[in-house]
Amino acid sequence: MSAITLKIDTMAELAAKGEAPEILFWVGCAGSFDDRARKITRAVAAILHEVGMKFAVLGTEESCTGDPAKRAGNEFLFQMQAAQNIQVMNMYEVKKIVTACPHCFNTLKNEYPELGGNYEVLHHATLLQQLINEGRLKVKDGGAFKGKRITFHDSCYLGRANGIYEAPRQVLEALDADLVEMKRSKAKGLCCGAGGAQMFKEAEKGKKEVNIERIEDALETQPDVVAAACPFCMTMLTDGVKNKEKESSIKVYDIAELIAGANGLIN
Amino acid sequence: MLQNIIFILLLALGGGIFARKVGKIRRNIFLGKPLNRTDRKSERWSTMARVAMGQSKMVTRPVAGFFHILIYVGFVLINLEVAEIVIDGIFGTHRVFQPLLGGFYNVIIGFFEILAIGVILACVVFFWRRNIQPVARFTSPEMTGWPRLDANLILIIEVVLMSALLLMNTAEANMEGKTGYAVSNLLAPLLAGVSESGLHSIERISWWAHIVGILAFLNYLPYSKHFHIILAFPNTWYAQLEPSGQMNNMESVQKEVAMMLDPNANPYAAPADGAEAPGRFGAKDVMDLPWKSLLDAYSCTECGRCTSVCPANTTGKLLSPRKIMMDTRDRLEVVGANIDKNGSFVDDGKALLGDHITAEEIQACNTCNACVEACPVLINPVTIITELRRYQAMEASQVPSEWGLMFNNIENNGAPWQFPAADRMGWADNLEINTKNAEA
Repeated sequence: MSAITLKIDTMAELAAKGEAPEILFWVGCAGSFDDRARKITRAVAAILHEVGMKFAVLGTEESCTGDPAKRAGNEFLFQMQAAQNIQVMNMYEVKKIVTACPHCFNTLKNEYPELGGNYEVLHHATLLQQLINEGRLKVKDGGAFKGKRITFHDSCYLGRANGIYEAPRQVLEALDADLVEMKRSKAKGLCCGAGGAQMFKEAEKGKKEVNIERIEDALETQPDVVAAACPFCMTMLTDGVKNKEKESSIKVYDIAELIAGANGLIN
Repeated sequence: MLQNIIFILLLALGGGIFARKVGKIRRNIFLGKPLNRTDRKSERWSTMARVAMGQSKMVTRPVAGFFHILIYVGFVLINLEVAEIVIDGIFGTHRVFQPLLGGFYNVIIGFFEILAIGVILACVVFFWRRNIQPVARFTSPEMTGWPRLDANLILIIEVVLMSALLLMNTAEANMEGKTGYAVSNLLAPLLAGVSESGLHSIERISWWAHIVGILAFLNYLPYSKHFHIILAFPNTWYAQLEPSGQMNNMESVQKEVAMMLDPNANPYAAPADGAEAPGRFGAKDVMDLPWKSLLDAYSCTECGRCTSVCPANTTGKLLSPRKIMMDTRDRLEVVGANIDKNGSFVDDGKALLGDHITAEEIQACNTCNACVEACPVLINPVTIITELRRYQAMEASQVPSEWGLMFNNIENNGAPWQFPAADRMGWADNLEINTKNAEA
């Protein structure tokens, strides 16, 4: 192992050299700007580098997919964003995309094709699972999380919306951890409270916040780690753990952070 | 002979009134916007076979699932006996299939009797779960008044129908030279002291009560949540096959945006000949919704599984996906009655959004699809919610101010937050990692 400072290529830089990456890493707005989610982005980049998968990002040419606008009812804004992003990606002749955000994943995979954006789109859970299955990504002796109790929170837009339940769990199994399920999981998983553009406004009047309800499900499993695969779930779950004053004993990590952390790729 | 004529008249009347009402419901459903749901036919047939016929989603809740299947199987199979009753009624025969099937007939009718007992048992359990020790989802605010009465009436009518069937056979079991079947033989002592003519009267009254009851029940269906016993089949057939996360594309908006972005387009150009005037964006009223959402509304049996898993509802918000479906049906019925009265719809100054469903309800949705996943007949409440949100955002400009800010941010800096686009690569600054793969 050696410590290096990783330089991230942009599509524009590679194109200028007449090169193209194997895969486009779609970072998403949360992964680009949110301090906590940026760590997930770094973990994904470290893993892609470690396995030698040539990747690039769009950098400043990336723009919101339009998902929150569409869910909040503003189809105009969504279409503007989609048209702009598709134009950029088609210009670079993008074939394959990985993203760590289930909302970006859902929009890119399901809603862009009808608008002229046809790509093979993977959520990082699926890519990590493939890399593990192919033997390209290993976790030595389970790493730091061996034997830890980990509970996985299904993101709605990965799970119910796209039927991906097993990939993130198989990734976690590579950690040799003690995987425990919440009473509401997989197709019956409870939302973190951020979906449908709720992330961007206060909740309506009620008796409880959704993320508190969800973190109580997680706490019932008495976990060491709550694992997520979505930057918005990350925010909601982290806030939930703080609300319960459990942040010293329970950590919330993205599955990419767990894999990268177990391999000592990130500090 | 007179009995035959009365029977045929009743049958024609019952069937005719039912057909007329179904025709109106069909008209109401197609007030909705066009949507193509006739692709991928083999997948549609298998979805219907699995979900509607096979009850695959019912059994995720084992108690309700088990008793529901009991009623469902009872309903479907006992209807074979109704076929016999209809033939007997028209031609004045008595148990027309008996000589044809011989000993097997006794086995079948015996089996139907056992099913009838199963149906009665299930109805009692369901009545208990609604009234004596109520399951939470049956006590929500939208489940008072008519919806609650409707549910109980259905259970009571089913018990009456099944009892008539059993009473008929029990009377016959006591008659000279006749025999009963599996259950009616056991029940026979109940009518042991009744005279031969009394038994005949009981048998006839039960026979008529059963068939008239069925005709009446048939005509009750279109006014009741119980209509799901018919619409569950088409509703699962026409269900969305795309991933549930996929929201439909709005081609009208796509075209406008394409024109805005096309440097060669003339913004002042007159619309092409024959071009339709763009309709309303999103939905304010039921006719703005896709027709499948209206079929969904008539298919809903108000079981409330959707609401019981809704993150907004279970944390105390106003939103209830079941109420969204009930409101849509209620409003559609009002619109239908308006058309019946006036020939075509005359604006009544009311709409689905505002008069039935409030902005607060639709804003609380996480679009998490838990309700869609939970529905045993593949109803999609999220489509209605997002269509109403589209109207709010694009026509009425009435979104929560924070959403307005989010829209502005996306427009100005390509992110829902107020961060400059130039900082998008900030995460990659000084990206120190450990690696075995040192080249780069």
